[in-house]
Amino acid sequence: MKAIKFLSMMAIAALTFNSCSNDDDAPEPVNEEEVITTVIVTLTPQGSGSTVTLTSQDLDGDGPNAPVVTVTGPLNNNSVYNGSVQFLNELENPVEDITEEVAEEDDEHQVFFSVTGGVGTITYTDSDANGNPLGLAFTLSTSATATNGIMTVTLRHEPNKDAAGVSEGDITNAGGETDIEVSFNVVVN
Amino acid sequence: MKFFYWVIALSFMFNGQAQNCDLVFSGKVLDFHDGKAIEAATVYIKELNRFTVTNRDGEFKIEKLCTGEYTVIFTHIGCEDKEIKINLTSNLTQTVRLEHHIEDLIQVSLTGKAPKQTRSGQETRISTETIESYSSLSLGDVLKEVSGVTSLNTGNTIVKPVINGMHSSRIIIMTNGVRLQDQEWGVEHAPNIDINNAGIVSVIKGSAALAFGGDAIGGVVNLKPVQFQRTDSIFGKTILSGQTNGRGGSLHTAITKTYQSGWYASLNGTLKNYGDFEAPDYVLSNTGLKSGAIAFQTGYDTFEKGFDLSYNYIQNNIGILRASHIGNINDLVNSINSQQPSVINSFTRDIDPPRQDVNHHLIKLSAFKRLKDFGKIMVQYDYQNNRRFEFDVRIGDNRNRPAVDLELQTHSVMAQVRKDSNLDRIYTFGILGRYQNNFANPDTGVRRLIPDYDKFDFGAFLTSEWKITNDFIVDAGFRYDFNRIDAQKFYRISRWNDLGYNIDFPEFVVNDTDFGTQMLTNPVFNYHNISAAIGLTYDINNKNKVLTNVSMAMRPPNPAELFSEGLHHSAARIEIGDLRNDQETSYRWSGTYNYQSYNTNVVVEAFYNYINNYIVIEPTGTEQTIRGAFPVWQYRQTNAQLFGIDLSATHKFSERFSFSNKSSFIKGYEINNDRPLIDIPAVRTINSIEFNKAEWNNFNTALTSEFVFRQNEFPDNNFEQFIAAEDTFVLVDVSTPPAAYHLLNWKAGVDFKISKKSILNANLSVNNILNTNYRDYLNRLRYFADDLGRNVMLQLKVNY
Repeated sequence: MKAIKFLSMMAIAALTFNSCSNDDDAPEPVNEEEVITTVIVTLTPQGSGSTVTLTSQDLDGDGPNAPVVTVTGPLNNNSVYNGSVQFLNELENPVEDITEEVAEEDDEHQVFFSVTGGVGTITYTDSDANGNPLGLAFTLSTSATATNGIMTVTLRHEPNKDAAGVSEGDITNAGGETDIEVSFNVVVN
Repeated sequence: MKFFYWVIALSFMFNGQAQNCDLVFSGKVLDFHDGKAIEAATVYIKELNRFTVTNRDGEFKIEKLCTGEYTVIFTHIGCEDKEIKINLTSNLTQTVRLEHHIEDLIQVSLTGKAPKQTRSGQETRISTETIESYSSLSLGDVLKEVSGVTSLNTGNTIVKPVINGMHSSRIIIMTNGVRLQDQEWGVEHAPNIDINNAGIVSVIKGSAALAFGGDAIGGVVNLKPVQFQRTDSIFGKTILSGQTNGRGGSLHTAITKTYQSGWYASLNGTLKNYGDFEAPDYVLSNTGLKSGAIAFQTGYDTFEKGFDLSYNYIQNNIGILRASHIGNINDLVNSINSQQPSVINSFTRDIDPPRQDVNHHLIKLSAFKRLKDFGKIMVQYDYQNNRRFEFDVRIGDNRNRPAVDLELQTHSVMAQVRKDSNLDRIYTFGILGRYQNNFANPDTGVRRLIPDYDKFDFGAFLTSEWKITNDFIVDAGFRYDFNRIDAQKFYRISRWNDLGYNIDFPEFVVNDTDFGTQMLTNPVFNYHNISAAIGLTYDINNKNKVLTNVSMAMRPPNPAELFSEGLHHSAARIEIGDLRNDQETSYRWSGTYNYQSYNTNVVVEAFYNYINNYIVIEPTGTEQTIRGAFPVWQYRQTNAQLFGIDLSATHKFSERFSFSNKSSFIKGYEINNDRPLIDIPAVRTINSIEFNKAEWNNFNTALTSEFVFRQNEFPDNNFEQFIAAEDTFVLVDVSTPPAAYHLLNWKAGVDFKISKKSILNANLSVNNILNTNYRDYLNRLRYFADDLGRNVMLQLKVNY
């Protein structure tokens, strides 16, 4: 008899607990905050000519849709372009500029560039608090002749900036983890 | 009452062959702690198969013995068996003390043997003494003592048991009668168990132990606390360990008060603190561990009735190898090719992201009553709260914000009736109700890995045991389980459509207009599961025994297999569940042969497991994101077969020297294309030579060789990845298992009697003596770093 009393007591206790924790409220959505949805590389010619913008936009983040990559036009040969890189989270309203966070933690980030097909050479024009390159600003000197190739922009978090070649923009020994890696097909006329 | 049965049982077994000799062996059996006489202890002369039982004053007498050498075994409920050698040339009187606090909580059954959870299942027990030697380690480590049990590791502190190739949701972990509910679906989620809290651990391979659950396709790990003896006593134990690798140690202490009336109370706690562990060639940066556990237990226990109230809390703060947190496929390629972690810092005790911070509370109240001429009724309620934080490497203000914040609450009620008035026909019936709520905190700023859900379980089982003859026992059981999962999940609209859910599950959509790129859904699934087992045990003679069992079990898909949808940083892969996943059904045969003689013990366990709709996760392609490319791993179902043999053998060459071997062999394939299954443990063999000499303060030492072969059968999931910066394709080798390895371990121990009631036991051990570089196929960090280097450990244990 005692056992039955005990069992019913526990059943009541369980029901009480359940009714406390059982809520049917719909959960809140989570909009990812530090996601970078958009990378914009702006190439402004030092002389005459038009600005070329390279954009990679991936609004579904890790979702199945691939980023949408656009390049506004060809580059001129034998020219020097001032480059800047911008990282945005367009899922936030208003749009969040992640570039600011990267710039604030400049010693823990570095943007690397690589170009294939002899499109040109890239030189860093900014630096972090320790005098190492950051890569949000750079110059691109395009080739003398017409060509085309792939320009890859990589943002590394916590790279080893002291490793060999890293301050010259060589990613090989950089380590760290990749936050952004986008490639653009560029044409030099 | 219990003693009475036992005495009767023993008298059945008494071998009445009188011999024509006249020597007498007599003496007293006393309690090691308080020197009180122990009544009803058994005194057994092995060679002659002769028994007697001590009287009220602890005295015994065996007459009519011949001259010669004999092995005498003293046993008593709640005491550790004691074996002594006597050389009988004249009448001999001896006093023997039994120690009751390091004991096995075995309730003595009629046959005088400890009852196992299943008669015919493949059950192996790990003794308190062995558990104590793993005091500073984890459950997954101690279980490797059992042949056929390996582990799935994330580094060396997250250790998940793998039983015959199965892990996570396919294994049930029972602690003090409670099924552990701690997000066990995650391969990086270690069981929240303080191993020091267990008095005995048993591993039951396969699903035959239906009383615990119907979905244990892999097996059950059952941890039971120390069972206290009904006597007025207070005793305790402290274990202090220190080790060179990790430059830390652990402290465990336990104190227990028992009363003759049946009341008891026990309190124990464990603290662990390790800094970065080290591989032979480098520091494994950010692999430290800080852990604290406390357990309190009180209750009242007599033969007729009792109750038990217990509370356990464990808190683990676990560092994850920094170099394993990677950005995309290129990072993974770099890690695999460089064969060195990308981050190696100098030793530190700090634990930085990536790290896990897990808290687990468990409260249990149970009570039983034995009814005359019927059996036993037991009821139990338990509540568990599991809170899991995972901290990723994040930037800016989010640096100290968890990326995963899950709270899993579980309430269970159960009742069991055991009818054992006729001990040749035992029936156990049980019912269970469970409610579980998972809450994924949205404040992380990271999309939920696992959604909010409510889960309802109901189960009922009937098991039975028929003794056909004394040597032949049949057991059988049947179980039904109902599970309902009611989730609320935000999907990316692009993913929902890409997976075809818009066609198959439109009824789950709650709101697809108000949340931008996401939509709210309410998937609800009901599962009906049936499991059954039948087996038999046959004692061919007193040395040879065979067991066989056939079982069927159904397991519903876990939340990860249904709902996963996101990026896994340490694996650089996107993992995707499937709402279409259905239950998997296992059909398992097992056969065991056991040979036991004075010198030799051999156990051979074989199994064959056919699993219908086995859920596996494997790569299906790559997806391009702004972070670069990632392989996509999707859960899918297939029919699979696993089979294997586990061997464990010990042989005594002489009084001093013994040899032991544990080997396991397992294979697993998909049925339709013979493709090997992923993550199947490689063949391994562990050989050990032991030396002991009781005269030198119980000195014992052992040299152990552990050889793990390379896994040559694995699914080839390698893929080619285009590296834009170099304009080339590279092969990403995520499949090839690491090379075979061989480790040598050594240990030695001595006992010192420090007072009448206290023994100090000191153990020194060296693992990986040769500082061998190795990686294990079942370590998820094998792409990034070597496993542990040499470790020298000193352990001091005091019983008082």
